[in-house]
Amino acid sequence: MRIYPAKPSKVYFYATCLVDMFDPQAGLDAITLLEQQGIEVIFVEKQTCCGQPAYSSGYDKQAKQVAQSQIDLFPENWPVVVLSGSCGGMMHHHYRRLFKGDSNQAMVDTFCDRVFELTEFLVNVCRASLIDQGDKSVVVMHTSCAARREMNVHLTATQLLEQLDNVEIREQAYESECCGFGGTFAVRHPDISQSMVEDKTQHLCATEATELVSADWGCLLNINGALEYQNKALRGVHLASFLLARTGGQ
Amino acid sequence: MSQSDSNSLNNGVHIQPLAPEHFHQQAKAALADPQLRQNFRGAMDYLKDKRKLAFSDVAEEKHIRNLSEAIRQRCLSKLPDLLEQLESNCINNGIQVHWAEDAIQANQIIADIAQRHNAKEIIKGKSMVSEEIELNHEMAKLGINCLESDMGEYIVQLDGDKPSHIIMPAIHKNKQEVSDTFAAHLDNFTPTIDVDELIQTGRSRLRQKFQDADIGLSGVNFAVAETGTLCLVENEGNGRMCTTVPDVHIAITGIEKVVEFLTDVPPLYSALTRSATGQAITTYFNMITSPRREGELDGPQEVHLVLLDNGRTQAFQDEEMRKTLQCIRCGACMNHCPVYTRIGGHAYGTVYPGPIGKIISPHMMGLEKTKDLVTASSLCGACGEVCPVKIPIPEMLQRLRNEAKNPATAAHPEIKGQASAASKTEMLAMKSFAYAATHPAIYHLGSWSATKVRGLIPSKLGAWTQCRSAPKPASKTLHQLLKASHKKDQS
Ligand code: SF4
Repeated sequence: MRIYPAKPSKVYFYATCLVDMFDPQAGLDAITLLEQQGIEVIFVEKQTCCGQPAYSSGYDKQAKQVAQSQIDLFPENWPVVVLSGSCGGMMHHHYRRLFKGDSNQAMVDTFCDRVFELTEFLVNVCRASLIDQGDKSVVVMHTSCAARREMNVHLTATQLLEQLDNVEIREQAYESECCGFGGTFAVRHPDISQSMVEDKTQHLCATEATELVSADWGCLLNINGALEYQNKALRGVHLASFLLARTGGQ
Repeated sequence: MSQSDSNSLNNGVHIQPLAPEHFHQQAKAALADPQLRQNFRGAMDYLKDKRKLAFSDVAEEKHIRNLSEAIRQRCLSKLPDLLEQLESNCINNGIQVHWAEDAIQANQIIADIAQRHNAKEIIKGKSMVSEEIELNHEMAKLGINCLESDMGEYIVQLDGDKPSHIIMPAIHKNKQEVSDTFAAHLDNFTPTIDVDELIQTGRSRLRQKFQDADIGLSGVNFAVAETGTLCLVENEGNGRMCTTVPDVHIAITGIEKVVEFLTDVPPLYSALTRSATGQAITTYFNMITSPRREGELDGPQEVHLVLLDNGRTQAFQDEEMRKTLQCIRCGACMNHCPVYTRIGGHAYGTVYPGPIGKIISPHMMGLEKTKDLVTASSLCGACGEVCPVKIPIPEMLQRLRNEAKNPATAAHPEIKGQASAASKTEMLAMKSFAYAATHPAIYHLGSWSATKVRGLIPSKLGAWTQCRSAPKPASKTLHQLLKASHKKDQS
């Protein structure tokens, strides 16, 4: 179990490249959620991407260059709150492996220790308590594999949802199974990936939930793309946007 | 019975022979077979549930996995010494020890033993290492017949097929399909889908064969260095028959299977059975410490141990990839793998399928042949989460991907098939990505332009859009929105 720090007055916010490009609103909403906790949010404009595309494709050297450039952007000893379990896993977990044995390993480890995924930060550091102002709704959630297995934060997203009185949470079959995204996996092994995302969308739709949430844009890109392709009405939204909307933020 | 060269991927599709180089085709064929997918999904669900029940106490699960990992790591850290100790204790016990660097040597050793005894019939207990060296095939060339006595292996052999799972070799078949196999190959068999009847059929056909065989061959689950004991885990009793009835017993195993102490066995055994089938203990557990002794009523006159390297040293030499050798072959990683669950074991084209197959096969066959296997994972981590010896399988895959794409560096010894997946175009793309990602102005210009041409993004993006709509960038990036709002903006 990870030991969490006391609530800080400032945090760095890491939006991730996918949110930056595909769902900037989720980024704005996450910032608002953090601000509602009385935290000053610092968005370092020079942030780009955590380097995962290179890392998972077998380009450690290039991934390391990117990692180093990102680490350098966050010099103060503030938490770095990441809007994705997958990028969080990269920065909290895999950066350590990339720099293992290097002269700056200790510095990198210290950085990695400061990285938190949004929901774990809200629950375990901020002890956020949410007041539901929304109408009754039936929701299904997909948790990314990295959030679940690298960051061990699948429970925190659920804990946030459970605080919402008017939200009924439905659990899909094979809930913990991967949606088949896996970055370049989806295009290197398109048929296998397809079989995975088709099963995932089928299980999600079978719950008859009216809303789908996930705290990871990689999975959402995959799942929403498939849902749209299948002409299904269901679309996933980022958990940050969902939470903010439910609590009357926007 | 002769082993045929043709392997059926499923009832309709034959690819000859199955090979990891044809992974894409093989996977595609498997995905197109609804019966096969249903068989695997059903079987994997069953095994997953069994494991879950066996580890219902989460704290205990954690303890057992930590303990098993520690034991395996300790034993591997002393591997060369333990192997020597094992050899000398086995010899003291009267077990003859042979070392094989590769499949050719291992087959030669076994052929020599067989020929010395004029053996024509070998009866086999379950052994994946014997699959690894294609023993049946090689012996057949010398006129020596190998007969599988494990029920699953027996079914697979009747089909002229290969195992699709390391502990459940015929898991790709349902009851009806097993009945079909028996009907096609066995005389006087009345088709049935009664599992007990099917098993009794197999057993009764095999019974006499144990008596007739010249040699019994088995695998080894744990080889104990301090006592020179070979431990064999099984459920059918055929392993005990193979190792006690024929006059000669040959045990074959990989060099990594050695453990230091007898007390290392119980925790690993428990971790193995719970992870594999959810059993607290198997029906049979054999400990073989010598040939038949004076005055004993049964047991073989000769016991041989063949220790096979076949690429394991390569994994051993690399501190990170050494973890691959912690494996106790429980199969849990494949049972929990979303890829294996969908494509089954044959599609991999390797002896060891699934997650463990992806990380061990490159050491055995080289990355050139197996490079498509190491990318065939979404890195979801389901395997590592259940592995009883805590092999970080996704990290091993990351590592192998890197080795497949890049030349060796001073940090690690070169491995077989190093850089065999290197691609100039891809390297250029990755270098450009790294350049842009480390130069924010360029990077953000890139994402900004993507938002400008969002209407122009083609609706077909190759592999991505075969089952998904093309992703559409937002009209403004978060960077732009924050800049415009003069919200928290600090560089
Ligand atoms: S890698 Fe782990 S889970 Fe897979 S077979 Fe080996 S011990 Fe079992």
